[in-house]
Formats: sequence, C-alpha cells, structure tokens
Amino acid sequence: MPDEHVPDDVPSPDRDVPSDSPHASDVHPRHAAEGGDEQASDDDVPGRGTPGRRHTFASLLRPRLNTSQLIVAVLCAALGFAFIVQVRQNQSDSLSSLRQSDLVRLLDDVTQRSQALEREYSSLRVTRDELQAGSGSQQAAIKLAKDRAATQGILSGRLPAQGPGVTLTIEEGTQTVGAATMFNVLEELRNAGAEAVQINGVRLVASSWFALAGNSLVVDDVPVTSPYTWVAIGDPDTLAPALGIPGGALAAVRSQGATAEVKSATKVEVTATREPEDPKYATPVPVSTAGTKR
Amino acid sequence: MIAFVGLVIGVVVGLILQPTVPVQLQPYLPIAVVAALDALFGGLRAKLDGMFDDRVFLVSFLSNVVVAALIVFLGDQLGVGAQLSTAVVVVLGIRIFSNAAAIRRHIFKA
Repeated sequence: MPDEHVPDDVPSPDRDVPSDSPHASDVHPRHAAEGGDEQASDDDVPGRGTPGRRHTFASLLRPRLNTSQLIVAVLCAALGFAFIVQVRQNQSDSLSSLRQSDLVRLLDDVTQRSQALEREYSSLRVTRDELQAGSGSQQAAIKLAKDRAATQGILSGRLPAQGPGVTLTIEEGTQTVGAATMFNVLEELRNAGAEAVQINGVRLVASSWFALAGNSLVVDDVPVTSPYTWVAIGDPDTLAPALGIPGGALAAVRSQGATAEVKSATKVEVTATREPEDPKYATPVPVSTAGTKR
Repeated sequence: MIAFVGLVIGVVVGLILQPTVPVQLQPYLPIAVVAALDALFGGLRAKLDGMFDDRVFLVSFLSNVVVAALIVFLGDQLGVGAQLSTAVVVVLGIRIFSNAAAIRRHIFKA
C-alpha cells in the first residue's frame, strides 16, 4: 500500500465513498502543512502523522483522553444506545415495525380467520338453539304428561287426593242397608260432581260394585260394616244438597232405618288408593282414526 | 478504550431508559444502526491502518446514518422501501465484512 500518497486521515470505509473525497482533499493540505511530528505530539496519537507506522490492537486498548477520543466515544455511545433501543423495540413490538404491505397482508389473514370463526360461531349457535328448543319441548311434554298422570291418577283412584268435599256417615239400624241403596248414594255423589270417593277405606272407581253377602255389605270384594263413612271430594255446596234431596239417596237410606249425617268441609282427604287394572280387551283407537274428543 | 467505554455507556443508558421509538422513525432506526456499525468498523480499520482522523470519522458516521435513512425514506415514498432497505443492508453488510477482514489481518496477521 503506498502510504505516502494516501491521505492519512481518511478511514478506509470512506475511501470508496465519493462524498468523502472533497473532505479528504480538505484535510490533506492542512495535514501536510502542519507536519507529522507536531500532529502526533498534539493529539498524542502515535504514528498518526507518520506514514508507515501501524497501530497494534493492544495499543487501541490503552486509555487516552483527547478530543478525538471523546468524539468517537460519544458516537459509539449513540450507536450503542440506538442499537439497544432497536433490539428492544424489535423484541417488544414486532408488529409496529412492519411495513404497510405486510400489515395489509396480516390484516387480510386476520380478517379471513375471524370470518371463518364467525361462521363457525353462528353455525354452533344454531345447533345450540336447536338443542335447547328440543330439550325445551321435551320438558314441556314431560310436564304435560306429569299433569295428565296426576289428573288421571286421581280420577282412576291410583293416587290419594285431598280438597273440599263432604263426609257422609251412615249408621245402620236393625236392618241392613241394601247394596242398591248404597250404590244409589254413590251415583248421587257422581252426579253432583264428586271427583274422588271412598267408603270405609275402599276407593270407589268406575268399576266399583256393591253386593250383599249374607247380611253384610261387600264393596269390590271387601266386606264393609256399619257405620259406613263416605268421603267425597267435590263442591260441598253441590254435594250436600244433592244427597239431601227429598226422595233422593239419603231419603232411601233413612227409609231403611239407618241414620245419615252429612258434613261439609273445606278439606277432606281420600287416602285409599286402587291400582287400576290394565284392560284385557279394550285397546286405544289409533290417533289418526280417532273421532272427535268426547 | 474510551470508545469501548462509550459503547458500553450507550448500551447501559438504552437498557435503563428503555425509550420507545417514534412511529415515524421505526423503519429507519435499524438501517441507521447498521450504517453506524459500518462506520465504526471502518474507523477501527483506519485506526489499525494508522490513518484515523476523528473529523472524518465523525462526518462519515453521521453521513452514513443520514444517507442510509434517506435512501430508505425515498424507497418508502416510491413504494420500494422493503427492497431498498434490503439493498442498503446488503451493501453495508459487504463493507462491514471487508472491513472486518482487514481488521482480522491486522490482529491475527492472517
């Protein structure tokens, strides 16, 4: 390398930068005028003004304090600062340093993804609504079935019942009250709208019957004896007058030498139950061919 | 030596202050850092060559940074910012490598 002809002050990176060439020519005359030894003693940089002498790497590590070193230190500090700032920036927020085109592409991706998720969400919501409606209608059907089961359980005698009604006590005299007379009482109660009836702990249902076996009364194969205690649930104000009609059920009972007493109550209990038997011969008519209700 | 101290001080200050880069400067800072690194390596090589001048170093450092940022800025305005950033980084990288090679020859004589 021809050191004598190369400007000493131009660092190597600047040699191929055209913008530095005027600067180099600016430095060169000053340097030539001042002379190498003066410059060296002034700046305490060994070998700077004397071409041919090279720095060793170890000499760089020797601390020196002058203007040029301070400038370099300040620039290095700026570089380190900017470097670390950029590194941190890059780590902390990669999105904000992206270019517009990248951001647009990213936004497209995100939008497509969110649209797909939106579609999935709506389809899942439709499924959920269907399932909820299904279970809702199922629950309504179960509730209706339970209500019907309760109603028909009371009417068929399967369930105990309570409510307003009357208590009728019949005490025989010397003569046994006939089965037909007792059945008449039952029919009178039914006519008056009794919903649940029992006599001496026997629930009276649609198939109930009265008979006389010798001198004692038999209801549905169960012998009952005087005093007979009827309990009927229905409107007391209808049941009591219906029983007491002149020439009616109780009149017939009394004509057979028995005493009858009717008590209305706001709450009576029919505790006897009867498990209904499955019909042997009758089967329900299919719904499609069934006639009008009632 | 003081240069190394300055570098360390800059890093420490950056770590302590943890500043956020303004949005307008964000595309230019990495390029400016690479340009400054190039100037730093060039200065180190010149020092080892025995032809270091603080004025030249100062001017080349600042002009490198400014020119690099300016090129990226122009690229952004023309819509080729990404490509020009890559070009600048490639050119500066080549220079850093050649400077590093020269420094290596000085230190290891190989």
